[in-house]
Amino acid sequence: MTKVVLSARGLVIRFGGVVAADGVDLDVQAGEHLAIIGPNGAGKTTFLNIATGYLKPQAGSVEFLGQDITAHSPRAITRLGIARAFQIPQLFLEHTVIESLLIAAASRNGRLATLRSLEDLPEREEMMQLLELVGARDAAEHKAVVLPEGRRKLVDIAMALALKPKLVLMDEPTSGVASAEKFAIMDVLVAALNAQAVTSVFVEHDMDVVQRYADRVAVWSSGKIQTVGTPREVLADPAVISQVIGI
Amino acid sequence: MWRRHRVLIGATLVGLAAIGVLPMASPSIVTLLALILAKGVVVLGIIVLLQAGQVSFGHAMFFAAGAYAVAFYGRYVGVGDMLLYLVFGAVAGGVLGLIVGLFVVRYREIFFGMLNLAFSMVLWSLLEKMFHYTNGADGIRVARPALVGLTFTPDQFSYVLLYLSFAIAVAALFAVQRYLESPLGSMLRAIKSNETRLEYLGISARRVLLVGYVTSAVLAGLGGSLVAVIQQIATPEFAYWTKSGEFVFIAILGGTGHALGAFAGAAVFEFVRFYASAQLADAWQMILGFVLIAIILLAPAGLIGIVRRRSAGERSAA
Repeated sequence: MTKVVLSARGLVIRFGGVVAADGVDLDVQAGEHLAIIGPNGAGKTTFLNIATGYLKPQAGSVEFLGQDITAHSPRAITRLGIARAFQIPQLFLEHTVIESLLIAAASRNGRLATLRSLEDLPEREEMMQLLELVGARDAAEHKAVVLPEGRRKLVDIAMALALKPKLVLMDEPTSGVASAEKFAIMDVLVAALNAQAVTSVFVEHDMDVVQRYADRVAVWSSGKIQTVGTPREVLADPAVISQVIGI
Repeated sequence: MWRRHRVLIGATLVGLAAIGVLPMASPSIVTLLALILAKGVVVLGIIVLLQAGQVSFGHAMFFAAGAYAVAFYGRYVGVGDMLLYLVFGAVAGGVLGLIVGLFVVRYREIFFGMLNLAFSMVLWSLLEKMFHYTNGADGIRVARPALVGLTFTPDQFSYVLLYLSFAIAVAALFAVQRYLESPLGSMLRAIKSNETRLEYLGISARRVLLVGYVTSAVLAGLGGSLVAVIQQIATPEFAYWTKSGEFVFIAILGGTGHALGAFAGAAVFEFVRFYASAQLADAWQMILGFVLIAIILLAPAGLIGIVRRRSAGERSAA
């Protein structure tokens, strides 16, 4: 039996008249890469916001490794081992890329009371390797503000991975990336996740990416999980094709 | 070490030459130079907070806390030692900074600035109104202390204060630079650019800011205790909002991108005030106003930004 890492039960959240989640149950299993697909505005990002404590659901609960985290702050949830990458990269624009990663590493290892220079932290080599892994090593000494969108995306994901999380939640990891590069980036990313045995959930619009990289797919529509299954099963489902893929 | 700190070491040598040579040209300048260094220490604290994008319009409260710690000691305990005064000033600033900081680090930008101002005006009115303890607007005179048991004539003591201020300024400069390069100091700048991400890295932005806030309050308290001894008095004016404004003014004048900006700004500010008020008694504020307008329009990174731009230009030309 596989181990459940993240478990959502009966999540309900409304924004005015819009019901983003109306009794959502979802389990994420250890080691898998779960894609969440669905029409725009269905509530996929809202799920990531609830799972990381940014939003509180009106009903329901989220458990991470058996612990109820529904009322936790994003900071507390991060410290438990859930890292997040954003649809719009959230970077420290005035820091260089390597400095940003070192801030993450300093947080992970509790290096807050040291007067050592950030640049001289022992995690520097590890962070350079992480940049190598996501293919952004050459950007290490650049300020985040000068990077093009595609690189920012990679740095954003690298900042999440720098925390050595047990679970990473990614919001459209390949949006803003040139379509020719999507597979190359996902190849690198999934390899990096597998190398560190990190479970992942990613919201995705590109069905080719889902097909190729997801172990399971959850279809989120009208505030509910309509179906969960392997990409082969789900993407062949006529209801999914008409609702989500829109052919 | 040499490479990383060559700017600070260079500046220290320039400062050392200045305090060695300038008093030979004009002995009356000794006290002015000490005052510049003491105020520079306070402004260092403003620059720390500006790294996080936060402007305090109330930092005079910590400056006054340091000054009154010295004044109260002299009044109720007796003349103490200069080193003791400095410790008291720093501790008074730090303790008050922790208390006020626990409230204000929950706010940002204009709310942060105004809340600081409000706290400082509470302190100002307490110092004004509690006449029995504080002498009200007259303030409390500060007698000349000894330094590690040694006593000095007034003339000698002005030199002692200059050298002591210089030593404190250099120590504070290196300590602040070290802090700003450390993980916690780097996180201050991250508050300015992306607080959300900071929280999503598991870091409490409030705690990061609180450390910066208390650090800046300690520096203000230390500077306040120095100024009280240099000027031999502590008055409620030390806590008044125009004094807070003056510190922010000096920080912007000097440039907030580097800790050295504090001293460059303080030097220009005090020299302009000193000479302009001697020549044009009623117009010195206007002259300072024009100086600030020119800086903001022509060199938004402040005096230190001009120096940096030139040295960067030379490097790329070479």
